[in-house]
Order: sequence, then C-alpha cells, then structure tokens
Amino acid sequence: MPFKIIASQCTSCSACEPECPNVAIREKGGTFVIDPKKCTECLGHFDEPQCVAVCPVDNTCVIDTSLPRYQAPA
Amino acid sequence: MDVSAQHDASSNGGNVGEIMQAIAEHKGCGTTGGSGKASCGSQAGQGDLPTEIWEKVKNHPCYSEEAHHHYARMHVAVAPACNIQCNYCNRKYDCANESRPGVVSEKLTPEQAAKKVLAVASTIPQMTVLGIAGPGDPLANPEKTFKTFELIYNTAPDIKLCLSTNGLMLPDHVDTIAKYNVDHVTITINMVDPEIGAKIYPWIFYKHKRYTGYEAAKILTDRQLQGLEMLTERGILCKVNSVMIPGINDQHLVEVNKAVKSRGAFLHNIMPLISAPEHGTVFGLNGQRGPSAQELKALQDSCEGEMNMMRHCRQCRADAVGLLGEDRSAEFTTEKIMAMEVKYDADTRKAYQEKVEEERIAKVAAKQEELAELAGKSSDIKVLAAVATKGSGLINEHFGHAKEFQVYELSTAGAKFVGHRRVDLYCQGGYGEEDSLETIIRAINDCHAVFVAKIGGCPKGDLVKAGIEPVDQYAHEFIEKSAIAWFKAYLDKVNSGEVEHVERGDAAIRQGALISAA
Ligand code: SF4
Ligand code: SF4
Ligand code: SF4
Repeated sequence: MPFKIIASQCTSCSACEPECPNVAIREKGGTFVIDPKKCTECLGHFDEPQCVAVCPVDNTCVIDTSLPRYQAPA
Repeated sequence: MDVSAQHDASSNGGNVGEIMQAIAEHKGCGTTGGSGKASCGSQAGQGDLPTEIWEKVKNHPCYSEEAHHHYARMHVAVAPACNIQCNYCNRKYDCANESRPGVVSEKLTPEQAAKKVLAVASTIPQMTVLGIAGPGDPLANPEKTFKTFELIYNTAPDIKLCLSTNGLMLPDHVDTIAKYNVDHVTITINMVDPEIGAKIYPWIFYKHKRYTGYEAAKILTDRQLQGLEMLTERGILCKVNSVMIPGINDQHLVEVNKAVKSRGAFLHNIMPLISAPEHGTVFGLNGQRGPSAQELKALQDSCEGEMNMMRHCRQCRADAVGLLGEDRSAEFTTEKIMAMEVKYDADTRKAYQEKVEEERIAKVAAKQEELAELAGKSSDIKVLAAVATKGSGLINEHFGHAKEFQVYELSTAGAKFVGHRRVDLYCQGGYGEEDSLETIIRAINDCHAVFVAKIGGCPKGDLVKAGIEPVDQYAHEFIEKSAIAWFKAYLDKVNSGEVEHVERGDAAIRQGALISAA
C-alpha cells in the first residue's frame, strides 16, 4: 500500500526526501512525489512512515487509494 | 510577507554609492564574564572584552550593536527542510519570528548560493557576514548547509560564517561547525521547561520518530542546551534567540536567560512574537498576541543585569541582503547572479573596511565630549528618543522616508541604544498620508523626541500634539552626541521649570517581517 503526496498541499520543503529508506521520493515539477513502486510504507525499516512523520503539513503524505487495486472490480 | 517594504528593495536598488558611505564606528557588545556585564549600548570600543572575542564581533552586524549600522550581512536560503514544528511558524509563508523565508521564496543550491555570496561581497564591500538560517532548519539540511560553508570557506575565507538553528540536531554537528570555522551560531531557545515547550512546539521529528507534547519539548530542550554547551566549550560564539510569547513564556524567559548564560551564551536576543491571523500560524489563528514595546523592554531590562541583551535585531528574513533593516536581495536574484562575472577582490574589501575603523574613532570622540559635560548633572529622569537614520551613526534620514526608528534611552549615564521600531513608509512619492502618520506615532509613542534630518510642517504639528518633540536641528550629526546634547538642554528646561517632565505611554510593535516581497 504505497503512499502518495498531495501535490496541492506540498510545500516542497524537501524534508521527506532524505528520510525515505527506499529512496522513493524525489522532486518533480516543483513539488515532491513518491514512486509507488518503491514505497514499502517503511515496513521493516521504521515504526512509522517517515514521510508522514516529518511532513510539516498534516494529511499531505497519505495512502494512495486511487490505485487500481483499491477500486471495486468493474 | 510584507508588501509595504517592497518599496525599499527597489529604491535602494543600484544605489551602491549611498551604502558605500555607510562607514564609521562600531562598538562591541560583550560580557565581562561572571555576572557583570558590559552594555551593548554604552560601550564605545573594545572596552574590557577579551581581544579574541572583540575580533570576532567587531564587524558583525548582529552581534555588535554599533557594527550593525555599518556592516552588512546576507543570508542564503539553501535549507528548506525542518525537523520540528513551531506554533508561530507556517512553513508555507515567510516566518517573521525565525528570520525564515517561506518555501515560496527562491531556493538555492549550495553552488548557486556560493556564487551569490561572492557576487554580493564584491559589490558591497562591507558585507562581512554570511548566514544560513533557513527556510527550514540548516541542521535538518546538513549536506546543503555545510557544502555552502565549504565553498565559501575555500574561496572567501575573510567572510564570517554563521548559522541559526532550532538546536535539535546541533550536538551531532558541532565538530563540522568547528571545522569550517563557523564562529557564530544562533540557537532559538524559547523555553527550558518542557511543560511550557509543549505549548510552543506541537511536535518534533527525531531519530525516525515523531514525538509530541512534553516528550518532544523535553528532547528539544535537552538537545539545545547540550549543543550550546558543546559550542561554547569549543570557543564558538553563541547567541540565543527567544521569541517572547505573552502568557506562555514571557515570565519564563528570565529562567531561559539564566540557563543559557550559565552555559556560556554570549548574547541573548529576546524578540517579540509576530503573529497575525493572515500568517496562518497556530498562534496567529488562535489569537495569541505579541508583546507591546513596553512589555518587551521591561523583559529585556530584567534580563540585562545578567548578560548582554541584543536590542537591534530586526528579525530579518533568511534570504535578506544588506545592512540590518534593509533588503537588497532583489538586486541579486539567481538569474542575475548566474549571468554575472564574479571576481572576488579581497584587497578592495580590506581597504574599504579600514576606512570604517577611522571614522568610528571620530564618532566616539564626539560622544565623549558631550558626555563629559553631562557628567556634572544628576537626575533620575530617563527618556526615550527615536532617531531617523540610514546608518553611519548619523541622524541622516527624512522623517517621511524612515522605515524604522532607532530608539535610545537618554539619562545622565548617556545615550543607550535600546531598540528599533519599524514603521510603515509614511511618505511615498513626497506626500504624507494621515493614517501612516498615526502608525508612526503609535510606534514611537513612548518617546519624548524624534530626531530627524528633515520633517514637513504637517507631521511636525501632529507630533507636537501627540507630545513628541520633533528635533531637526541636529541633521546629519552623530546620533549619540546629538541626543546627549538635546537631553542636557531638556534637563535644564525641567530644572528651570520651563517644561514639566511627564512619563510617556506604551508603543505598538509592528507586525510582519521586514522584507521585500520581491
Ligand atoms: S512511507 Fe516510507 S517508504 Fe513510503 S515514501 Fe514514505 S518514507 Fe518512503
Ligand atoms: S515533507 Fe511534506 S511538504 Fe515537505 S516536500 Fe515532503 S510532502 Fe512536501
Ligand atoms: S524551527 Fe523554524 S522553520 Fe522549523 S517550524 Fe520552527 S520556526 Fe518554522
């Protein structure tokens, strides 16, 4: 269940980027984005998702429920 | 973000000549060690400061009250990330309390930052200090911060480096700080009691974990004080900044003052909380007020017996360029800098700075003369006077052009610099506006007199009505000498019964950072 960054809320402060144990976060077009293929929710690394814990804006790094696997089958 | 100050950057823009005149004396703020202290405002030279410390502070606009009239500093915004959350900070916007530009401001890579520093240093020879203060916390971005320092250290070793931090990661970086010869570190310490800290800091991010409440504040204060001790042990000068938040830490800051002094902090700078709802900070939104000028001064005074207080801090922004209180950053945008040919000329800079030394001796002498005459007087009267100045220690600003007033406390002990008051530009394009005049009067309402180079008839009348005497007879003369002369005459008038001495009321502290929004 990968995380995503809500671009409209991201302040581009870059705090999350170096914290990600999987190097899943990078800058793209002025804000930061998470590569869903790399994000492991920090499982096995840390108790809490690092991007969530360090982000200054609440509810900006969130579980990406728009991915196909979360959608009800057609 | 402060739109009213926008004017400054453009009007100062390109006028290097004017700033080049900004040379004259400076004096140091220094502790004598122990609990005796030398006042920032009354010491006219090295005094009893150890030579080693004097050398470090004499050209530093943030540490030496007098140097700040004449030498310039710049900040580069290379550090966007932060590791704690403060209730007076909204990371999206410029933070007035922490000298921090918002994330909307221009971010620089270390290489761009280094080039900018060299470009500015070549254009403004009195630029002696480079600071990194944000936009986030420099030590939450250690690679970027130290890479920038390394580049400057290697190309322009005469530039002093300084750093402002919330202190959380400080103990881990003390050795690197020492390695690059960073001799000035500012730590923002708002509390030493985690109960109080919990009201200021909702959370911190430390060792891969988010802490909240008491626990967060406890870690933060422990780390701050440990970092402070480690720095002073290594002989690195430390200044402590505290944001005065009425009802939360105002009483407590006396404790903070003791705690940081006992750990060797060199200077304590108590700044008023700046909070307005439109800043979107927790304090701004919940109506937490900032202190009045009188409250701030009372607290600064009660700490002053213990150590040096810094009263000239303008809470300038982390990407500011120029003398304190002015911002020329618009001249040095990334685009302009990258297009510049930069040649670093250490000799020109040195020659220029030597001139400054000469002028300052003249100013000190002038003041001493007036002081000698005052020595015969005795009186308990203390009054405040506001001064319109562009720097150089002279009364050289038109009332209507002043964007801030420096405030001196006058007594038979002499003239002591006690702070500055920022005001909205009263006169734009030559005509005055009524409500801005009111703003100014509110800002200097605790003063008996205002010294200006020039003033129009209208504002003059209104000032007199408000009980503030406009004084223009000392135009372009030295501030302290003139203020002492005026005060002598004032005492004479009081003694002869010509005027009655009355106490003045309180004054307002203007909200918003001193910046150009450029
Ligand atoms: S949850 Fe962890 S792994 Fe996923 S992006 Fe955030 S920091 Fe990286
Ligand atoms: S920490 Fe939050 S605000 Fe900062 S870059 Fe990452 S997602 Fe954006
Ligand atoms: S330490 Fe500075 S940047 Fe970080 S939250 Fe506090 S005021 Fe804002």
